[in-house]
Amino acid sequence: MNINELNELKGKALKDLTVSEGYRVVVGAASCGIAAGAKTVLATLQKEADAKGLKNINIVPAGCIGMCVYEPIVEVFAPGQDKVTYINVDAEKAAKIVAEHLAKGNQVPEYMIKDGAVRNLNEIQFYQKQKRVVLKNCGYINPEDINDYIALDGYQALAKVLTTMTSEETVELMKASGLRGRGGAGFPTGMKWSFAAKNVADQKYIICNADEGDPGAFMDRSVLEGDPHAVLEAMAIGGYAIGATKGFLYVRAEYPVAVHRLKIAIKQAKELGLMGKNILGSGFDFDVDIRLGAGAFVCGEETALIASIEGKRGMSRNKPPFPANKGLWGKPTVINNVETLANIPQIYLHGAEWFKSFGTEKSAGTKVFALGGKINNTGLVEIPMGITLREVIYDIGEGCPNGKAFKAVQTGGPSGGCITTADLDTPIDFDNLVAVGSMMGSGGMIVVDEDNCMVDIARFFLDFTVDESCGKCTPCREGTRRMLEILDKITLGKGTPKDLETLDELAANIRLTSLCALGQTAPNPVLSTMKHFKDEYEAHVFDKKCPAGVCQALLSIVITDDCKGCTKCVKVCPVDAITGKVKEKHVIDDSKCIKCGACIDACSFKAIIKK
Amino acid sequence: MQNECKCNCNTADDPRYVELKAYIDSVKGNEGIAMSVLQEAQTIFGYLPLEVQKFISQNIDVPLAELYGVSTFYSQFTLTPRGKHHIGICLGTACYVRGAQKLVDKFVAELKIAVGETTEDGLFTLDATRCLGCCGLAPVIMIDEDVYGKLDDVDAIPGILDKYRG
Ligand SMILES: Cc1cc2nc3c(=O)[nH]c(=O)nc-3n(C[C@H](O)[C@H](O)[C@H](O)COP(=O)(O)O)c2cc1C
Ligand code: FES
Repeated sequence: MNINELNELKGKALKDLTVSEGYRVVVGAASCGIAAGAKTVLATLQKEADAKGLKNINIVPAGCIGMCVYEPIVEVFAPGQDKVTYINVDAEKAAKIVAEHLAKGNQVPEYMIKDGAVRNLNEIQFYQKQKRVVLKNCGYINPEDINDYIALDGYQALAKVLTTMTSEETVELMKASGLRGRGGAGFPTGMKWSFAAKNVADQKYIICNADEGDPGAFMDRSVLEGDPHAVLEAMAIGGYAIGATKGFLYVRAEYPVAVHRLKIAIKQAKELGLMGKNILGSGFDFDVDIRLGAGAFVCGEETALIASIEGKRGMSRNKPPFPANKGLWGKPTVINNVETLANIPQIYLHGAEWFKSFGTEKSAGTKVFALGGKINNTGLVEIPMGITLREVIYDIGEGCPNGKAFKAVQTGGPSGGCITTADLDTPIDFDNLVAVGSMMGSGGMIVVDEDNCMVDIARFFLDFTVDESCGKCTPCREGTRRMLEILDKITLGKGTPKDLETLDELAANIRLTSLCALGQTAPNPVLSTMKHFKDEYEAHVFDKKCPAGVCQALLSIVITDDCKGCTKCVKVCPVDAITGKVKEKHVIDDSKCIKCGACIDACSFKAIIKK
Repeated sequence: MQNECKCNCNTADDPRYVELKAYIDSVKGNEGIAMSVLQEAQTIFGYLPLEVQKFISQNIDVPLAELYGVSTFYSQFTLTPRGKHHIGICLGTACYVRGAQKLVDKFVAELKIAVGETTEDGLFTLDATRCLGCCGLAPVIMIDEDVYGKLDDVDAIPGILDKYRG
């Protein structure tokens, strides 16, 4: 294929995509949509439309539309009209949508948000505050059809780079854009490329890091499932810039849908000559391969990732040498994160200045966050850098459910920290989040409310790092385990004031002496919660109380005046801790009680509570 | 030894070995194939008994010790057979703050096994998993390919398990 043919295909594909008559029906079918039932909805829509013999109806699966609470989501596009969004669709609703909307043109308001008061997702604040660059195509195009991608400028950036720019100019433009890596560290992408470009070698590599290890983040999965070609196109551009002809996508094994769609994408790109030998007649060859992870968080770290692709245990090693000098099989290698890559085609299409028009001076562009936890609107949000956390949590996320009080937001996953109400007006960018004691990380944003215990949250993250430490260096392997033991003690009510000091000391040493960033950042969740929620730690240690009522061992179970003396609880208590006469209020002997909660479940009068 | 293959197989005409050998031949010559061969083997056999690792070692010229190192490093590889149904309780951050620990406790109590173990009848293996990417439906569990979300009520669990007891 040459450029003229690409443009011809684009014209034709665009006609197919922007329906000129009839309807285009899009079903959000990323992993999350599928879990909510998107496959049944897709099948029903198709079956009903076929049964009615409807013409000009194009029903397609797409990636994540973004609002998890409304899944499965169906959006109907018609020429000259605003799209219509149906939410929480099931087979029955799908059939009615076909019978009414697609067959007769009658929209079905009762399946829309607020019974039709909101006709499509663009009308709600959740979307209005967002700026979609990375997620531009996500939830709109069919990720399993390369024509959809080509219709919306797909592979145009690669064509431009290959035919009008030298490798040096390609690197320079990336530098000028100010793009910083979205995988966690925020390292300038153009700089990284220039290091690898300078090296002379018979073979270089570019790797896409799709290991997405942060437990509670799913941006990279959504990009791969919703717009896989954007990542492939960017890898080819990066390959051209640094002089690599071979790329690897390292994808975590837990993402079967992403892998499936990537395989289709690679195959289609190869068939059209957009991957492989002599791409677009430019003489540039580029090939990609997929490698699967096998469940090890540390393999997200670049040197461990390289070891894993080489077929070894995924253990990190000392840097330098940096991968840009000595990477995969000892050759110069660039490793970029999925989201970083997904920005790249548009940067080459619209220019560095365009990209810098979003975001802040030192953090250009947008960032995608996976908003989750105790928040009303869980989902995938892409915001321009520089808007405040408060806007994300209250305007986009609409606060905590059930009127509970917001306590903190955790960013940066197991390497990050908690940000409290005091810092909610911080504009989000790489440097500001570090300044308030957390970090951007890969984009997990988990909200916790008054019902969550911060000591328990710190314990949760540390438990994760202990489990995931590769074991190579002692501070990380042994040190984090000692910290976890202390936190276990504290949550069991056996902590001493000395333990708090030891935690501090261990944290400082592990930070300084661990081999890779996994260990160096592992103490962060503990340090940040100790700083902002000292009172909660002290309540556990001195008063043997868990203020949030989470740590089982520190709770008392008591019987209230609502007790009717039915004796049901006495019968279920496994340790005979409850006494009382029939028809009189019962009492629990706290010294015998093991807090199993069996009595609470058994009580018909809700007269037993945890305190 | 616990890792011994229990199937009395004869590698030459066991179709599973034939399949594995065919896969190895298709990737042989490429660099760093140990992981993908182990992954393929686990798909075929369901787990990685020592016999299978020996077979791979001989066929791809990687020392058994190194293969064993790899298969014990990554959490997705298992050296013991798994239950017929695999239960994965998401312990990602979003699910955890929404009470996934209660689900773990309930499953442990219902199945009378610890996390990582298989029931005696070989029906269920219980695992805690990382984020399943359905945080919007937290807390989430996955049994085989089926995802169950919004499991705020742990009393729903016995009913769910019964579906798989057949
Ligand atoms: C323990 C650990 C885990 C990591 N996990 C990931 C990950 O899952 N995805 C990712 O893109 N980067 C991850 N990183 C960062 C990578 O090492 C690397 O910096 C990144 O992939 C570079 O790409 P970028 O410059 O585009 O951000 C991790 C780093 C550490 C120390
Ligand atoms: S944390 Fe459970 S699905 Fe993401």
